[in-house]
Amino acid sequence: MALTDKEIQSLEERANDIRKSIIEMLLDAGSGHTAGPLGMADVFTALYFHILKQDPKNPSWPKRDRLILSNGHICPVLYAAMAHAGFFPISELMTLRKFGSRLQGHPHREFLPMLETSSGPLGSGLSQAVGMALVDRMERGRKIDRYFYCLMSDGELEEGQSWEAAMLGGKEKLRNLIAILDRNNIQIDGFTDNVMPLEPLREKWEAFNWHVQEINGHDFTEIVGAVETAKAIFDKPSMIIAHTIPGKGVKEFERDFHWHGKPPNKEQAEMALAELRLLGEKIRSEHE
Amino acid sequence: MSSLNPKVFDEDVEQIAIRTGFGEGFLLAGKENPNVVGLCADLTDSTKMSLFKELFPERFIEVGVAEQNLASVASGMAAMGKIPFISSYAMFSPGRNWEQIRTTICYNNVNVKIAGSHAGVSVGPDGGTHQALEDIAVTRVLPRMTVISPCDAIEAKKATVAAAKLVGPTYIRLAREKTPVITTEETPFEIGKARIFYQGKKQAEVGIIATGALVHKALLAAKRLEADGISVKVLNLSTIKPLDKETVVSLARETHAIVTVEEHQIAAGMGSAVAECLARNYPIRMAFIGVDDKFGQSGKPEELIDYYGMGTDSIVDVVRKLRQGK
Repeated sequence: MALTDKEIQSLEERANDIRKSIIEMLLDAGSGHTAGPLGMADVFTALYFHILKQDPKNPSWPKRDRLILSNGHICPVLYAAMAHAGFFPISELMTLRKFGSRLQGHPHREFLPMLETSSGPLGSGLSQAVGMALVDRMERGRKIDRYFYCLMSDGELEEGQSWEAAMLGGKEKLRNLIAILDRNNIQIDGFTDNVMPLEPLREKWEAFNWHVQEINGHDFTEIVGAVETAKAIFDKPSMIIAHTIPGKGVKEFERDFHWHGKPPNKEQAEMALAELRLLGEKIRSEHE
Repeated sequence: MSSLNPKVFDEDVEQIAIRTGFGEGFLLAGKENPNVVGLCADLTDSTKMSLFKELFPERFIEVGVAEQNLASVASGMAAMGKIPFISSYAMFSPGRNWEQIRTTICYNNVNVKIAGSHAGVSVGPDGGTHQALEDIAVTRVLPRMTVISPCDAIEAKKATVAAAKLVGPTYIRLAREKTPVITTEETPFEIGKARIFYQGKKQAEVGIIATGALVHKALLAAKRLEADGISVKVLNLSTIKPLDKETVVSLARETHAIVTVEEHQIAAGMGSAVAECLARNYPIRMAFIGVDDKFGQSGKPEELIDYYGMGTDSIVDVVRKLRQGK
């Protein structure tokens, strides 16, 4: 079902709030990753405010959809989306990366049990999502009413394990498995095309027997529509390649791989927050 | 002692591979609990998971030659309430997939059981690439991991059934070759409990702590030493982690000299675990039998055990020297 204009506006405003939280968290933490979290803010907003069947008041609800974050370093966007969705207080976001915090520098399920897994070392999230989806199928056969979403990065496809998981997912025809790949073209050492060319990406996943879609990862209609299409595919796992702009929302950070792994300083954060406030006004005026 | 196989010292003692005991135990665990599932990386017959697979094909996943995926898929299944057992050769799991075991299993604290077969030089002709001599080291260093190294097929069966009931990451070390049956169905087994398998008539002068199939060599050495008037005790340390500190320290207090015996690198293996315990609780003289900073090679299992100094003659020699130096 297509999103209404009102729904789109609401999601865009949420995403903008989440981006502001990401900047505030990173400034306060003094370390962490900026580009990936900003780039994936729209996808996480769509998931937490429209797609996922979850209950923030009962995070261990057994029938919930599962979100498995494979590239753990973009966790500021996960934490911010969860907090804004009501899983824990927004004020707790300011504990990111600090001693005793539930919000570890890379996600740790022991500290925050409502996470589906701990992650950081790249390339192992899809394997875990495959394992979870396999259990669901073992128990329910083809009567699928919950989904397993694996959020991954393009850079982590350089890890061989990603393809081991891709092979098993294809072999087992896991239609309850939906992977969303953040195709932002950057990694720590530079542009992915220079570090290790990944294209042709669509054909690679198709060759592993996945159903593949490519979308604009900042367009809510496309994000929601692609997930709906993935759910309609009967005998294959789905890969949604979300083309995103790293650092999206703050012009100075956008498309610059130097922002992969560093936080903004005070001045940069103030500039970013001012820009995002303007963006918020723009969203409101565009939808009026 | 009385509950050991009465033929344990006989030439024609029955021989069964430790991995076969795992296969039987895994089948039993599968029958006892429908949540037990199996995953293998293209070595289903070799690791004896085939017994389970035949009876429970719908609870068995073949992941292909992909040990990293093997570990993390199992992590995902455990997060959904299953009790996955994963098997391969120890060299590949927990060898190749160590980081996946660390992060997706131990750090995540999920209930995955890792069965590593073909540990030790007794793998034989396949050569050093396939002879895991580091697996105890890399598993015992991981927080939350339980490490079990059964001495024979019957103990492996019991350990596997017990591991399925234990909540938490567990490594079970298995061997390829047929080795003497030391225990019986009646021999008590408990994870975390070491047991004396040999006690001389006199007060013991040296304590031998052994693990895995080499427990049999330690028993033969003890008998020979006894005949020469040297009384020793042999402790079967089948659980390397958590270490049965009470029993280890008690043996040290009694003998003031400990020899450890394992088919593993001396560095960071079972002997090191014992040394860490005794250094903190009751420092005494120790000697270590194992592979001394070398890789394995092709050969017959027995000749390799002897070449690397882990046979009965070597154990007798080391015990004598340690006793003289006391």
